Amino acid sequence: MAQTLDTTAPQPSNDLTALQTRGGRFREVMAELFHSPAFVVGFVVFVFWVVDAIFWQSIAPQSPQAIHPFLTLKPPSTSHWFGTDWLGRDVFARVLGGSTSILEIAPLATLLGILGGTAVGLVTGFYGGAVDTLTMRLVDAFLAFPLIIIAVLVLSLLGSSEITVIVLIGVIFTPVVSRTVRSVVLVERDKEYVAAARLRGENGPYIMVFEILPNITSAIIVEATVRVGYAIFTAATLSFLSLGIQPPSPDWGLTIAEGRTYLSFAPWVVIFPALALATLVVSINLIVESVQRVVNS
Amino acid sequence: MTIYIVKRVLLALITLVLVSLIIFVAAEVLPGNIGRTILGHFATNAQVQAINVKLGLNRPVLERYWDWITSFIRGRWGSSYSLQVPVFGLVMRRFLNSIILGAFALVLIVPVSVGLGVVAALRRNHFTDRAITLVGMSMLALPEFVTGVLALIVLSIQFHWFPVSSVVPSANPVSIVRNLFLPALPEMVLIFGYVSRMARAGTVEVLESNYVRTAVLKGLPRSRVLFRHALRNSLLPTITVIAVQAGYLVGSLVVVETIFNYPGIGNLIYTAALSHDQPVLQAAVFLVALVYTVTNLTADLAYAALNPRVRLG
Repeated sequence: MAQTLDTTAPQPSNDLTALQTRGGRFREVMAELFHSPAFVVGFVVFVFWVVDAIFWQSIAPQSPQAIHPFLTLKPPSTSHWFGTDWLGRDVFARVLGGSTSILEIAPLATLLGILGGTAVGLVTGFYGGAVDTLTMRLVDAFLAFPLIIIAVLVLSLLGSSEITVIVLIGVIFTPVVSRTVRSVVLVERDKEYVAAARLRGENGPYIMVFEILPNITSAIIVEATVRVGYAIFTAATLSFLSLGIQPPSPDWGLTIAEGRTYLSFAPWVVIFPALALATLVVSINLIVESVQRVVNS
Repeated sequence: MTIYIVKRVLLALITLVLVSLIIFVAAEVLPGNIGRTILGHFATNAQVQAINVKLGLNRPVLERYWDWITSFIRGRWGSSYSLQVPVFGLVMRRFLNSIILGAFALVLIVPVSVGLGVVAALRRNHFTDRAITLVGMSMLALPEFVTGVLALIVLSIQFHWFPVSSVVPSANPVSIVRNLFLPALPEMVLIFGYVSRMARAGTVEVLESNYVRTAVLKGLPRSRVLFRHALRNSLLPTITVIAVQAGYLVGSLVVVETIFNYPGIGNLIYTAALSHDQPVLQAAVFLVALVYTVTNLTADLAYAALNPRVRLG
């Protein structure tokens, strides 16, 4: 250890230069991203849905909850662009209002999973030993069932609300994220700057948070974008299985589940929320893919 | 190799023990009072107490866990709370139906995905590659119920090509395709996304390697380089991905079988969860985890058998 330190002594201290290059690298990454058509398309669609999720009340032609008993299951027309559903509610208004729930759940669940996973990954990767082995076994066991099955198991017993869904997806993500974080911590742990901090007499928590963490942020950001995609996927599926958001919310997954009964004679009730959800998930995947490609290159 | 196998099998066993613990905790400890969950808010405390005693839920947790796991191993899975039939037969029958559906999806889509993945790698950065990659990636993102419902609208309601609700097919090939194609479609879409991407990545890596360059430079025909030299190595990681996907198929079966009313294990897990049928739920979920762990183990061992670096390292 001491020998490697000696040979690398003339290198500049990493503090200042690292910060400068990090800022520069961020701008470089953004510039490269906006040159990729796939990213731009994904970004525009994604921003559209985010803006919609926040301002849909001023965009929508009427309330997504307004019931019109004499206008049920009408096909798309000039007055109801996407037609009406089984209660005469305007499908266009419901599609616009349906992005809010999922765009609330997905980022919050991801944040929770990233925080938990980063903490677990840092500790297990940095200290290693018995705790690490045990935790990783547990992570393996956790990943031995499809996530949706755990969710079905837990939500059917605990009952579902927006909060339960957020916490559940966050908890399910924690082991997955921790495995990714651990793998990058294992690489960083043996680098010289960590050895230097150890020699300075810094304690474990300080090294983890102030030395290693700043150096693995890009890996964590990539993981977070991947997780947002999965969170949307999972949350929408749970709504569809009626284990997530509850009626009368205009949530897309829920609307598709409820509208299935009318599929054969009023497919527009299902088609439009399905297409909306498809554009959202594909846009996020386009973003994820581009971010991964640019960051890893 | 023997040491590697023993080590790998032991790890899988440890994983299974932990899995059983997780299932037990999630199904029996987490919900608190199971009698109350089953009977709902309107039952009296005495009724709740009675059902808890009847189901043996008043015994200590460790004793219940031990009981459950030992009788699971001996194949005594108890009987279903809501259907009043033996769990073993029920779960196994449904599981078999799911295997039929999953196998159908895999057989149909894996060759296509691997083929197109390799084509994308060969035409790297050309239009064909971009198109295949982009389509695969978009497919990866689509939840099963979105593809399932859209396919249902187009293929069975608009064109009447397939029935809206699927049953387990008879041996007749027409019946197989008619009943299985639609429920298999959402899974094929997902598998295509993963497998084609893996096949492409593996092939690209190998095509850039020195030994392939040597093979090309010594004048071997392109097809020989590809089939004899490159693909053997490039498809190794794809095997692992296919095994992992086969395990994850079961997860998407929950959704797909619900949409198409197909009597498989996913549908069973879903209905058992909604009706709080603990014996069925625990057995079915544990079986899924068991299958997943075994497929993963098999994939790892196959990988090691084909790749000396893993088995000796």
